[in-house]
Amino acid sequence: MRNQRWIEVSVGAFMLLGLAALLFLAFKVSGLAQTSERNGFEVQACFGDIGGLKPRSRVTLAGVTVGRVAAINLDHQWFEACVTMQLEDSLVNKLSKDTAAAIQTSGLLGDNYISLTPGIDEAWLAQGDTLKDTQSALILEQLVNQFISNSTRD
Amino acid sequence: MLDWLASLGRYGLNLTSAFGRSGVFIFQSLAGLPKTSEAFTLWLRQIYSVGVLSLIIILVAGLFIGMVLALQGYTILVDFGAEQALGQMVALSLTRELAPVVAALLFAGRAGSALTAEIGLMKATEQLASLEMIGVDPLRRIIAPRLLAGFVALPILTIIFTFVGVWGGWLVGVDWLGVDEGAFWSNMQSSVSFQADVLNGVIKSLVFALVVTWIAVFQGYDLVPTSEGISLATTRTVVYSSLAVLGLDFVLTALMFSNL
Repeated sequence: MRNQRWIEVSVGAFMLLGLAALLFLAFKVSGLAQTSERNGFEVQACFGDIGGLKPRSRVTLAGVTVGRVAAINLDHQWFEACVTMQLEDSLVNKLSKDTAAAIQTSGLLGDNYISLTPGIDEAWLAQGDTLKDTQSALILEQLVNQFISNSTRD
Repeated sequence: MLDWLASLGRYGLNLTSAFGRSGVFIFQSLAGLPKTSEAFTLWLRQIYSVGVLSLIIILVAGLFIGMVLALQGYTILVDFGAEQALGQMVALSLTRELAPVVAALLFAGRAGSALTAEIGLMKATEQLASLEMIGVDPLRRIIAPRLLAGFVALPILTIIFTFVGVWGGWLVGVDWLGVDEGAFWSNMQSSVSFQADVLNGVIKSLVFALVVTWIAVFQGYDLVPTSEGISLATTRTVVYSSLAVLGLDFVLTALMFSNL
């Protein structure tokens, strides 16, 4: 049997480890408090329908992940979903002001993400700008509905 | 025929009296709980031997179960293009089922059998009887600290198991197989709820801790004091507590997650 001091220290470390693991489960796994690291710059875009987009969803440019969705708020004037995106610092003064944002789905059942398409404007996007050219999420059920009603009309 | 009936009756009576004895036993050891600093020291020592010394096997098992879950889940989910749901799958199966059950099974094998053998040997070498002779209640001195240490240690081990398992799943899923990290965590966070999943898992492990330590300690205290009796009781501890954990898990899952 080891000495008393060692036992006390190791039991204390054991309990601390348990507590740390519980905190990890609370905050990181079940997301009790959303933590967001503040790096990069934020731009906004408002969509008519965001489908299944969630905070922390991906923002891609040419298929490469360049940022995350930071927050989603409802605009009470036009009832649109205004999405705040956090883009990488390296894209400051690289993206034109008329960059387009579209919500797309990865695969048939996959997650929604925002895909950016650069425009041709000379002015650059900066912190807090709003993207004007947006395209809402394609909702599969609506497409199927449209397809069925069109084909029955013929 | 009559002999067979008599043996069945004897078996039933023995079983009932064993249940009764174990009930009286756990009540007596928990009722007369000493609140001195010496009792605290004994309790610490037991947490060390059932908790800290079981840590290695829990860490390794948790890591590998998380990694295997991620690997298997990925190969299935990627067929549907839904590999982003990997985090959710790993975390939910760990918090709800795998961590409480597997940690309890490992605990029964690692710590439960040791408890039974230790107390059994104390009884066989008449240490318990001599304690009673000098006026120390063995239930308070020997049994109570072990019971309490088991109740505390297994939930902590389960939480650590879940943590390591999720980390292992992240290691394989994100680091190796290339699932998007944000989707991994955000899907996990949007589907795992702290009250419904994490806390229910901890409640499960509390129940398992109670059952496993109770069985282990009682088997040790109640055995036939021979070397054969000790080996029989140790086997019984592992078998009974594994069966009890698996059976109770079904009942608890039905109560907690099925929305009856």
